[in-house]
Amino acid sequence: MTPSLLYALAGAALCGIGLFGFILISHLLRKLLAFNLMGSGVFLVLVGLAQHRSGPDPVPQALVLTGIVVAIAATALAVVLIRRYYHLAGKTALDDAARETLRDQGSRQVREEPGE
Amino acid sequence: MTLLLMAGLLFTPLAWAVLTLLAGFRRGRGITWLGIVIQVLVSLALWAVVAGEGGFQYPLGGWQAPLGIELRVDGLAVTFVLLTALVAAASGLHAGFYLDPDKQWHRYFWPLFWFLWAGLNVVWLGNDLFNLYVGLELISLSAVGLVALGGQAEALRAAIRYLMAALLGSLAYLLGVALFYGQFGSLSLSGIAFALSHGSAQGAAGFALILMLFGLALKTALYPMHWWLPPAHGIARSPVSALLSALVVKGSFYIAARLWLELEAPLGSLALAQLLGILGSIAVFWGGWQALRQPKLKQVVAYSSVAQIGYLFLLFPLTWNTTEAVALQAQQAMTLQVISHALAKAAMFLSAGNLILSVGSNRVNALAGVSHFLPFSLFSFGLAGVSLMGLPPTGGFAAKWLFLQASLATGQWWWLVVLVGGGLLSAAYVFRVYRASFVEDSNIDHFFHPARRLEIIPMVLALLSLGLGLIAEPVLSVMALVFANGEGT
Amino acid sequence: MTASALLPVFALMTSLTAAIIIFTLPEQKHRLRTVVNLTAALLKLLLVGLMIWGVFQGREYGVSFTMVPGVDFVLRADALAMLFAGLSAALWLLTTVYAVGYLEGSPNRSRFFGFFSLCVASTMGIALAGNLFTFFLFYEMLTLSTYPLVVHRGTQQALRAGRTYIIYTLTGGAVLLLGISLLHSFAGDLPFRPGGHFAGIGPDLQAPLSIVFVILIAGLGVKAAIVPLHGWLPTAMVAPAPVSALLHAVAVVKAGAFGIVRVVFEIYGLETANALGLLSGLAAIAAFTIVYGSVRALSQSDLKRRLAFSTVSQVSYIILGLCLLGPVGVAGGLVHLVHQGVMKITLFFCAGNYAETLGIHRIDELDGAGRRMPATSVAFTLAAFGMIGTPPLAGFITKWTMGTGALATGMDWVIAVLVVSSLLNAAYFLPVLNRIWFREQKDPWTEERQWGRFETSAWLLWPPLVTAAFLVLAGVLASASFSPLGWVELIVAREVGP
Repeated sequence: MTPSLLYALAGAALCGIGLFGFILISHLLRKLLAFNLMGSGVFLVLVGLAQHRSGPDPVPQALVLTGIVVAIAATALAVVLIRRYYHLAGKTALDDAARETLRDQGSRQVREEPGE
Repeated sequence: MTLLLMAGLLFTPLAWAVLTLLAGFRRGRGITWLGIVIQVLVSLALWAVVAGEGGFQYPLGGWQAPLGIELRVDGLAVTFVLLTALVAAASGLHAGFYLDPDKQWHRYFWPLFWFLWAGLNVVWLGNDLFNLYVGLELISLSAVGLVALGGQAEALRAAIRYLMAALLGSLAYLLGVALFYGQFGSLSLSGIAFALSHGSAQGAAGFALILMLFGLALKTALYPMHWWLPPAHGIARSPVSALLSALVVKGSFYIAARLWLELEAPLGSLALAQLLGILGSIAVFWGGWQALRQPKLKQVVAYSSVAQIGYLFLLFPLTWNTTEAVALQAQQAMTLQVISHALAKAAMFLSAGNLILSVGSNRVNALAGVSHFLPFSLFSFGLAGVSLMGLPPTGGFAAKWLFLQASLATGQWWWLVVLVGGGLLSAAYVFRVYRASFVEDSNIDHFFHPARRLEIIPMVLALLSLGLGLIAEPVLSVMALVFANGEGT
Repeated sequence: MTASALLPVFALMTSLTAAIIIFTLPEQKHRLRTVVNLTAALLKLLLVGLMIWGVFQGREYGVSFTMVPGVDFVLRADALAMLFAGLSAALWLLTTVYAVGYLEGSPNRSRFFGFFSLCVASTMGIALAGNLFTFFLFYEMLTLSTYPLVVHRGTQQALRAGRTYIIYTLTGGAVLLLGISLLHSFAGDLPFRPGGHFAGIGPDLQAPLSIVFVILIAGLGVKAAIVPLHGWLPTAMVAPAPVSALLHAVAVVKAGAFGIVRVVFEIYGLETANALGLLSGLAAIAAFTIVYGSVRALSQSDLKRRLAFSTVSQVSYIILGLCLLGPVGVAGGLVHLVHQGVMKITLFFCAGNYAETLGIHRIDELDGAGRRMPATSVAFTLAAFGMIGTPPLAGFITKWTMGTGALATGMDWVIAVLVVSSLLNAAYFLPVLNRIWFREQKDPWTEERQWGRFETSAWLLWPPLVTAAFLVLAGVLASASFSPLGWVELIVAREVGP
């Protein structure tokens, strides 16, 4: 086992933990943190797996940099939306998101709005 | 010339996004319309270049892969670029009249619109997996922002749900990219395919493909991962819904299709292909059935998207281990379905928006008796519906016909049931809307006619989708053009 | 490409253009709309007349281009096409005149006439289609454009009828599409061609061809109202009278029957279809439909419903005629395409006149109507006698030709069907005529209206009189070369051979 493979395995583990949280946690901010954890896991895999050839490979480093930028943008957007949602609805979770999702009743809970 | 075109295609949207971010809604609208003109012209020119001379690969700014961005400009890509230009132009124009300029957050519509357009162009033209990821994220984030523009809590809830689905999908895709890169040291699809054809496939590569297809299917709202789509598309403002249904879901599907077509031979399996086909079939029936039951007009249209997307996934079983002629037929069918659905669905959402504006309610039953007033938008809605039903001479029919022929040629007769039955189901939900409009016993006596310019736009789109079946041959002949210099490395 | 090659396109475009213009006209511009309607109808009649003349002299008109890879869009004017095109062009003009009078003062006329024109455009397309694919295109367009006409009144009953109609026809269309694509998958794109494409096929293709034949006929049989696929036709009676007239006489049922003619003659070929043993089954179904429709008509008390079941019965004459194999029998079937159209449209015009002028819908309200509306009643009587098959009217020509044809090919049982059917026709038409002419009026008519100096509006009166004159002339002058029978013999000579 090379150190780089260790990185990759750690990344996979982070991914797993993140996924677990992402699906099970309903509090939106914590869900977002879980997403970030998962993202870091993926970046670790990307850098770790690519090291198996001789010498460091610059490409994954560049990719991860870009990836981090994208992840920050996504997180920022999510935080804005969650904050605004909290202001409007006073909630920190989508209503019963997990159960609703499973039963595909997404459409039901969208209340009647006059006009559009 | 090419340099100008490529620059126009990718940098105008980004530049315009920044410009409109600095301006308010009204000034942003003016700037946007100028940009739309440029984009449409550039797309047309690029399409003409490829139609005349065949496709090419284009290293952006002269940097070669893997660090530089290399673009793959082939017939299929330019066809979709042109389609995007058409639909985005229509939605942008419509939005300019439709959105209320006095709501302050509406000014963000323009920058988001341009970011979305940029992302779409990146996805159509991108040649390496990571750039496709960036494009996908650009699309998803701006799409989520657009959904949230509705402003009320419901819109935000739909947007957050959409965002979560999109993020999960992107990460699954990115993990797949990481696995591929770790194994082959390449990010270009053709490079990976080349490496695979010269070495044995490993389990990790197969797993990577499945991960990526999962992520992309989640973003494309394939059944049973479609739960985020109807609330988001239903609650968004109509021009936004049009963009989302017509283009955004197609972006991720397009990547999935490209992945599959390059890698199915070494990495695909019969089970995977059939599984995708079957999920698509369930989507056709489930989406159609749900559309039939929705009380609200835009939900009907949104569920119809779930159903129509299902057809696209027939591409997978029909190209796995089939002859080249059949695979080509299936690809042509997929292309036509993408184009015709994009045009028809955009027309449908825009006209649904107009109808809602007219009757002041978003319920299907509120349409009772409106055909009395000969609403122009109802016609557009109906014409677009004809395409969704897959009746001739629409593009939807041409696509269905090619799918039928491909299924018959491979002996996979079970897809016939889906294609024919799905068409009938979509007829059922479209006719439900017509039927409501013919009811005479309601006594509505006033009807607000929206501005003609709002009504013309969906009509043009609907007519295009209607006429697509008649000109399918020339469209397909351009779509099949690949690079003049053979496959890249 | 010369202008004359484009004649079929122009014929199609006249009604399409009319439809577009009418849709954009404001509702209250009644006079302008009528002018557009009649101009288009006359123009179309002229174009079709030109084509008929050309085809008679052996010219062919046509255009084609590739739509989807492997499939062409073909419009072509041949003798068979002109039979149907001529019928629909002539009856469209009359129905337009009638509809203008019928809808006087009612709402939603722009919508009505717009879809009406679309419907005729589809019928024209069906007539001129040069291959199954093109045929299917217009066949579905016909379904869509007739739906708004069926539900025109917007009542719950009309909406229900529309639903039944659309379920039947769209399902039929889907089955037809299935058949066409199966056929396409092993035989390619087949243009309609006299004699068909499958003469002398190998034994391996026989089973699939037979299955496809059944599927195609099932798809087409919905519109042709073959039992048990006829359920939509009687319910669609709630539509306004000109629509019923159009559905029954020209557009919908004839589209189905015409499609069956095309498939049997020009895809499979009469010989091949017979060799595959397909025609005897078709003949049996057609014969059953003829008798069944007549029996059901007996028990209907609503005038339009009785006429509807009569249509179910009469349309199958056309199909039965095909199955008689010999040129004479085939001619009998084909000529009924025209004869039934003219007779049935007369009957529906008259039924509409009774309903509009006197408020009569049920047969037992007809007592004494003959004295109040003699001209309408004469037309009705002529058409009813024609249906029964009294010489020298059009219906007699059909039955006579079919009978001789059946004898010539040794299918004697067909004579029995013809006789039984004629007796049943008499049994359900004669009581109606009895009430019209020989009973005294019992109650005052519910909604009697006065319309100017005639018994009813002139717009409503002339069309049935003209069609009644047609049906007499078609019978009396049957041996002339320009009569429907003369034209059909030309077709048969070209299609089946002498």
